[in-house]
Amino acid sequence: MTEQEKTDESDVRKDRQSHDVGKLLAITVGLSAVAVALVPLLYVVLGGFRTTAQLAENPAGLPDPWVFSKYGQVLTSSNFWHQMLNSIMVAAGTTTGVILLGTMAAYPLARYTFRFKGVLYVIFTLGLMFPLTVAALPLYLLLRDFGLIGSIWGVIIPQIAFLLPLTIIIMRPFLKALPKEIEEAAQVDGLTRVGFFWRILLPLARPAILTVGVLAFVASWNAYLLPLLVLQGDAAGHTLPLGVQQFQTRYSSDTAAILAYTSLAMLPALAFFTLMERRIVEGLTGAVKG
Amino acid sequence: MKTKEASGTRPDPVDTSSAGSGSENKPEKKARTPEQIRRLGTARKWGEISLFSGPALLVFLIFVVLPVGLAAYYSFYNWNGIEKLDQFIGLDNYRRAFGDAAFVHALRNNLFVVFMSLLIQLPVALAVALVLNRRFRGRSFVRMAIFAPYILSEVITAVLWLLIFQPHGPLDAVIDKIGLGGMRQLWLADMNLVMWTVFFVLTWKYIGLAIILFLAGLSGVPKDLQEAATIDGASWWQVQRRINIPLIAPTIRVWMFLSIIGSIQLFDMVWVFTHGGPAGASNTVATYMFQYGFMRSQYGYGSAVAVILFFLSLIAAALYMSFVLRRDNADEKQRR
Repeated sequence: MTEQEKTDESDVRKDRQSHDVGKLLAITVGLSAVAVALVPLLYVVLGGFRTTAQLAENPAGLPDPWVFSKYGQVLTSSNFWHQMLNSIMVAAGTTTGVILLGTMAAYPLARYTFRFKGVLYVIFTLGLMFPLTVAALPLYLLLRDFGLIGSIWGVIIPQIAFLLPLTIIIMRPFLKALPKEIEEAAQVDGLTRVGFFWRILLPLARPAILTVGVLAFVASWNAYLLPLLVLQGDAAGHTLPLGVQQFQTRYSSDTAAILAYTSLAMLPALAFFTLMERRIVEGLTGAVKG
Repeated sequence: MKTKEASGTRPDPVDTSSAGSGSENKPEKKARTPEQIRRLGTARKWGEISLFSGPALLVFLIFVVLPVGLAAYYSFYNWNGIEKLDQFIGLDNYRRAFGDAAFVHALRNNLFVVFMSLLIQLPVALAVALVLNRRFRGRSFVRMAIFAPYILSEVITAVLWLLIFQPHGPLDAVIDKIGLGGMRQLWLADMNLVMWTVFFVLTWKYIGLAIILFLAGLSGVPKDLQEAATIDGASWWQVQRRINIPLIAPTIRVWMFLSIIGSIQLFDMVWVFTHGGPAGASNTVATYMFQYGFMRSQYGYGSAVAVILFFLSLIAAALYMSFVLRRDNADEKQRR
């Protein structure tokens, strides 16, 4: 073996060694991060299978024996299902509304040329700087005057309004990038521009619509301030975040029940949203990069 | 306005020269001159534009712009939301806010979260992302698990940690078990500790987003750049410092923007944790506004606090936008 080959081999070995070290480090860090993220969630899910007495005796222990009555109690409570239904309706309404209005508004901004187009776009994008918190007090008074306090529409409509900027910012470049030939072909075939929008643009924009839809759904599902203001009154009219918080205050002595309630409120969304991870990340970066 | 050549007679959607003039012209029944047809085209175009953008604009103006404008307006009044709005007091509400130690404390809490996020979450998330930026078994599981807390609502996050932090709860039990009983604290009831606890939970919830964003950015860095540098003898750290970190700078900026805006508007988690307590120790500007605006019905004063909150977000957004707009303009020029 020549000197050259020897050094080559030792290089390769060194390379592989550092590769292994990196891999080991990645796995260690990865597992620690997973533990930090999941242990509190596991505590909630497992805690729901214990009794409050078990929790008091050994707060950090495992269920022994497993108790299913707390989960059963929540699953048979009408409030929980009402809140679940409210959350679904509010999120679905918000998502549908913002996709429809947002895509429609983005269409002329992307594919027409007209005076004040720049102004219109700036008006919508400036909305990003108006957080709901800033508008909350007058918005509450406004909704009161409209008679929307206590109604889920009082949550849905303002949520649509506040999600419009994000939607338009994501939709516009996407609609703009669709080739002009499609539009010309549609015109030749006698399709009006309105028909073109419904029959061709909307189906083509599906990827962007999905991104926007996921973001809107998550935002609505997790919303707290607006439901807190609008959905006063009894628990059956609440959304889940509101319901969980109220349940926690009202039954503060029954820790096990709170844990069961919390875990049932978080699990479906958690399962669904983690699958949508890529869409959410894409949407967030897309929105901010503009 | 320029006069258009004959070809301008078809209803051309990309007709700029006459835009804005035709919206009020009604179609006439007589034989149409080319000029009339052109106007018809623009009228139709404006009709379409209003049909498409109108509903969104209306909803946006009524439910976003109007309330924000009203907040600015109310902020000059002493008003309880019910009586006549006639006690104009100029800038007194603003003076009162900045003269109130509780408000200044709330403001400081927001800034605490802003800076601690940049100081602690950014380096930690970046380090984790750089280490995880390679193939290994279970990578997608790790990504999903790290992302999970971000998906939870702040309310559920707060309830969850409320139970963990409660006296004689699981955290205290663990601390006792490892023999550090003396370290037990009133995590959310100690005035000096409460913001650290809040910041800890915020970090738990939001650091996953930072890691995932950075990983997404890193996956866009061309592999041959890193390989070339390695062949030239660059160490792992040199590759990160000279290639990976500079190339994901835009992603880092995006995260910084999201983080700063989020920290300024912090409400849900603090409200569920402590309602801003104990004794206002964990108030943020938003919880302070909620207390005065809604709970004490001081709509004028609450609105002034909201306006201050708006300006804080505006400063952050303006700084960011100046970056982005400059870059976008450069893009636009390139395309032409």
